[in-house]
Amino acid sequence: MAAIYSLYIINKSGGLIFYKDYGLAGRMDTNDSLRLASLWHSMHAISQQLSPISGCSGIELLEADTFDLHCFQSLTGTKFFVVSEPGTQNMENLLKHIYELYTDYVLKNPFYEMEMPIRCELFDINLAQAIQKDRVAYLGR
Amino acid sequence: MQFFGSSEISPSPPVPTASGNNAHMMYVFNRNGVCLLYREWNRPLRTLDSNQDHKLMFGLLFSLKSLTAKMDPSSGDKGNLGVPQLPGQGCSFHSFRTNTYKLSFMESPSGIKIILVTHPKASDLRESLKYIYNLYVEYVVKNPLYTPGTPIKSELFNTTLDQYVRGLG
Repeated sequence: MAAIYSLYIINKSGGLIFYKDYGLAGRMDTNDSLRLASLWHSMHAISQQLSPISGCSGIELLEADTFDLHCFQSLTGTKFFVVSEPGTQNMENLLKHIYELYTDYVLKNPFYEMEMPIRCELFDINLAQAIQKDRVAYLGR
Repeated sequence: MQFFGSSEISPSPPVPTASGNNAHMMYVFNRNGVCLLYREWNRPLRTLDSNQDHKLMFGLLFSLKSLTAKMDPSSGDKGNLGVPQLPGQGCSFHSFRTNTYKLSFMESPSGIKIILVTHPKASDLRESLKYIYNLYVEYVVKNPLYTPGTPIKSELFNTTLDQYVRGLG
């Protein structure tokens, strides 16, 4: 079993720029993944509106019946979120690590256009390693 | 989807985890999206008027439910995104957390939605919401003067609810 089911990265206007599936249920339809990403972007914004206290920065963790969704928003508005097994710990660190990989291998790539879908081989390789490492740590527990 | 035990209120409510009032507000919606009850204990920030606020809250829950139903990794075919679902159908969610608040959500088989907004460090409130649902059944549904689908104006329900929520962690 995998600890992580899927990873999404959305740009500051809600467009899906990266999607990877690690689960067993099969890859989601491209149109559906785009729709889910922009839906999440809007829900994240609405949750800030409904806060009873000022200074709300949106949903960090959504607990559903069969999965947990952890979201991390960078200062520039790019959102990273992973869908994991319920109760999976340490996802904040994984998300921060993925953000580091993104800054190193995507943003520093001179051929990458901002806000566009991510197609960087080095990012893919390092991401696969990070996920693998996380999975080993998960199984070792 | 679970059904909630007998019609009697369980003699001992779930034990509160900490003292002090950490709850901000509570909403009860029926299955048509009518806000039956809105209680507020501690809400310094208000961005919208109450009617808009209730609509926005219901819309958020509705959309989050269709999002979780579509995202559910445990099953292959999940239908189309945004198609309305019956209570108990598809994968739902029970809470979400931001840096300033935590929202706990419960939906009964008849489509009554109970939403409790608390401090972000609040523990799992699923049992407490079930207890509040039982209070609703006892004090509202069993009240012969109450017309289903109208806002709740039961004084007894409000005081019992206040008392219970004040003790919540």
